[in-house]
Amino acid sequence: MIEAVRSAMDVSMARDEDVVVFGEDVGYFGGVFRCTQGLQAKYGRTRCFDTPISESGIVGTAIGMAAYGLKPCVEIQFADYMYPAYDQLTQEAARIRYRSNGDFTCPIVVRMPTGGGIFGGQTHSQSPEALFTHVCGLKVIVPSNPYDAKGLLISAIEDPDPVIFLEPKRLYNGPFDGHHERPVIPWSKHELGDVPEGHYTIPIGKAEIRRNGSAVTVLAYGTMVHVALAAAEETGTDAEVIDIRSLLPLDLETIVASVTKTGRCVVVHEATLTSGFGAELVALVQEHCFYHLEAPVVRVTGWDTPYPHAQEWDYFPGPARVGRALTEAMEA
Amino acid sequence: MDEFSRLSLHVPEPAVRPGDEPDFSNVRIPKAGTVPRPEIDVDPETIRDLAFSIIRVLNREGEAVGPWSGLLSDDELLTGLRHMMMLRAFDARMLMAQRQGKTSFYMQHLGEEAVSCAFRKALRKGDMNFPTYRQAGLLIADDYPMVEMMNQIFSNESDPCHGRQLPVMYTSKEHGFFTISGNLATQFVQAVGWAMASAIKSDTRIAAGWIGDGSTAESDFHSALVFASTYKAPVILNIVNNQWAISTFQGIARGGSGTFAARGLGFGIPALRVDGNDYLAVYAVARWAAERARRNLGPTLIEYVTYRVGAHSTSDDPSAYRPKTESEAWPLGDPVLRLKKHLIVRGVWSEERHAQAEAEIMDVIIQAQKEAERHGTLHAGGRPSVRDIFEGVYSVMPPHIRRQRQKAGY
Repeated sequence: MIEAVRSAMDVSMARDEDVVVFGEDVGYFGGVFRCTQGLQAKYGRTRCFDTPISESGIVGTAIGMAAYGLKPCVEIQFADYMYPAYDQLTQEAARIRYRSNGDFTCPIVVRMPTGGGIFGGQTHSQSPEALFTHVCGLKVIVPSNPYDAKGLLISAIEDPDPVIFLEPKRLYNGPFDGHHERPVIPWSKHELGDVPEGHYTIPIGKAEIRRNGSAVTVLAYGTMVHVALAAAEETGTDAEVIDIRSLLPLDLETIVASVTKTGRCVVVHEATLTSGFGAELVALVQEHCFYHLEAPVVRVTGWDTPYPHAQEWDYFPGPARVGRALTEAMEA
Repeated sequence: MDEFSRLSLHVPEPAVRPGDEPDFSNVRIPKAGTVPRPEIDVDPETIRDLAFSIIRVLNREGEAVGPWSGLLSDDELLTGLRHMMMLRAFDARMLMAQRQGKTSFYMQHLGEEAVSCAFRKALRKGDMNFPTYRQAGLLIADDYPMVEMMNQIFSNESDPCHGRQLPVMYTSKEHGFFTISGNLATQFVQAVGWAMASAIKSDTRIAAGWIGDGSTAESDFHSALVFASTYKAPVILNIVNNQWAISTFQGIARGGSGTFAARGLGFGIPALRVDGNDYLAVYAVARWAAERARRNLGPTLIEYVTYRVGAHSTSDDPSAYRPKTESEAWPLGDPVLRLKKHLIVRGVWSEERHAQAEAEIMDVIIQAQKEAERHGTLHAGGRPSVRDIFEGVYSVMPPHIRRQRQKAGY
C-alpha cells in the first residue's frame, strides 16, 4: 500500500504542478514509512521537502499555500502527532470556504498513518477519525487496500475541500486480518494489491461491499475490514461486509440497503468505544433501519483506555472478538 | 539548613492600575531620526539593536527627520491622513450603531490607525495580508467599499459573508485581505505558507502576517517564525503591540524578553521596532521590509509600538483594569494629530481644511451607512436566508447536510 500511496502523489505531481508534498522526514529520506520516497529527486526540493517538527506549522503553511492556489498534500508522521495541528484543521481549514463565502478555499490533503498493530504504544497507534468526522467542513477517508488508497488519494488531492486521509499503518505491508501470530501476507498475493499505473480515481463518499451476505451486516473501515472478513469466514457467518472507506461524507444508502436486507448489524473499529465513529453509525442505522432490525446493533472497538504497549493484542479488536460479536448479533 | 530557600512564583504586574497615575517611564523612546536605516541586504546579525530601539520620523515639532524620512509626497501624505480620518470616523459610526443594536459586536482602531493605513501603501496589488480584527485600515486604504464592510457589520441581506461570519471579520481576495479567522495567531503561519507558495511558483508577490502582542505567546507564532526563517519566505511578520491583550498587560506575553521584536533574533530574522503612531515611520519600515521580501532576501519581523486607546471590543470595559487617563499619557501621541501637524508644518494643510475634511468624511460615511441600512441591520429589515446556514460548508453540498437543510424547512 506504500507504493500505491506514493504512486498517487507521483501521478498527481506529474499532472498538476500546483501539487506540493511536505512534512517531517518527507523530503530527502522519503518519509519514515517511505511513502514519499523518490518524489524529491523527481520533482525537486521546492515541490517535496522536509519541514521543522511543527505540525501546526505544516498544516498552517499548507492552508496559506492553498489560499495562494497550490494543492498541498502534507504528511503528519503519525496520526497521534496531529494534535498541535488540530486548531489549524478544525477552526481554519474546515471553515475558510464557509466563513469567506467561497472568497478563499482550502484544497489541502493531510495524510497520516493511523491505527495499531505495530507495537507502537499509545503514541503510534491511535485512531482519531472521530475527532475529524465531528468537524463540519472536513472530509475523512480511511482506505483498506492499495487499489482504493491510490484512487481515493488522487480524488482527495483533486478535491476542492480539505481532506483528512488516514492510512492504516498495519495495512502498509499487507492485508492484516488480526492474526498477528501468522506470517505477513504481502499485498502482491491479494487482488486489491494490484494497482494500475497512471491516473484513476475512486469517488469520495462511496462505500464498497467486500463480501456479500444476507444474515448480518458488518460496518468496518481500514484494517478492520480484513479482520471482519476473517471473522465471517472463521465463524461461517453469512455476513455482508461493508468497507465504509469514506467516513465523511458517508454512503448512507449502501449501509441502509444492506441492514434493511439483513436486519442485523455489527459495527467495528479500532478506536475507543465512547463517542467513537461507531456511535454515529449505530445512530444512523437506528434512525433509518429500526423497523427492519431483529437484534440490537453490536459494537466491537478498542477499549476506553489509552492504547497499551505490551497488551496490544488484548486491546486490538481481532477476529475472535469480532467473531463473538457476529454470533451475538445472530443469536439475539 | 539547606543553602536554598523555598521557591516563589513570579507573576508580572503592570506598573499602575485604576486609580493610579499613568506611568510610561519604562517605555524608552529615542529621538526621532536617530535610528539608522540599514541597507536592504544587511546581515541581520549586525542590526540586532534595532529590535530594542524605536524607529521614528516625526519629531515633536511635526517635522520629518532622519534616514527613514522623505519617502512620501505631500499628496500621498494627505491621502494617508484622509484614510486614517476615515477609519476613525467609520469606527465612531459603527460603535454608535452597535449601541443602537444594529450589530452585535464591534472592534475599533482608535489610536492604531497609522499601522494598517500606512502599511497598505507599502504593498502592491496582488500581495496578500493575513490580518487580525484590528487592521481594517488595510481595506480603507485600498479603497474597499465601506458599504460592503457595513453590510457585513449589520449582517444584512447584502452581507458578503451571508451572515455566517462575525461583524468586522472581513474577507477580500481582490483587495489582498485574507478572511479573518477571529482565532488568534493561526493566520500568522498561514501568511508564511502563502509567501512560500509565491516563492515556489517563482511569483513576484509577497505576503504579510499580522498578530497582536498578546497572541505572540501562541505556539503558531513560533511555528511561523521557524518556517519563515527556514525557507526565507517573502513575508512581512507584523506584531502590533498596543500594550493590552483585552485586560492583560503586555508584560504577561512578553515575559523576560526585552521586546516582542527581539523574538525574531533567535530565528535570524531582521527585527525592527517602529513608532506605530507615526504614519511616515510605519510606511518607511514596511517599505524596507517589502523590498527585502521582493528581493528574495526573506522575512522581516516588525513590532509596531502603539496604544489601544479604546476598549478591546464592545464587550470590554478598560476602566476596570487600567487608569482612565492612561491613553492621554501615552508618550507617542495620536497618529492622526501627528500627521495633521506635520502637514500643517509643511504648509499643505490647515486647521480649517482639517475641520472641513472631517465634516466631508463623516458625510460620506453617513451616506454609506444609509445605503447599507437599506439592506437591513442585525434585527431589522433584510437579512441573510436561513438557507445560507447550509451553503458553502463544502464545494458541493453532501447528502447529510441537504437532509438537515430540508429538516430546517429550506
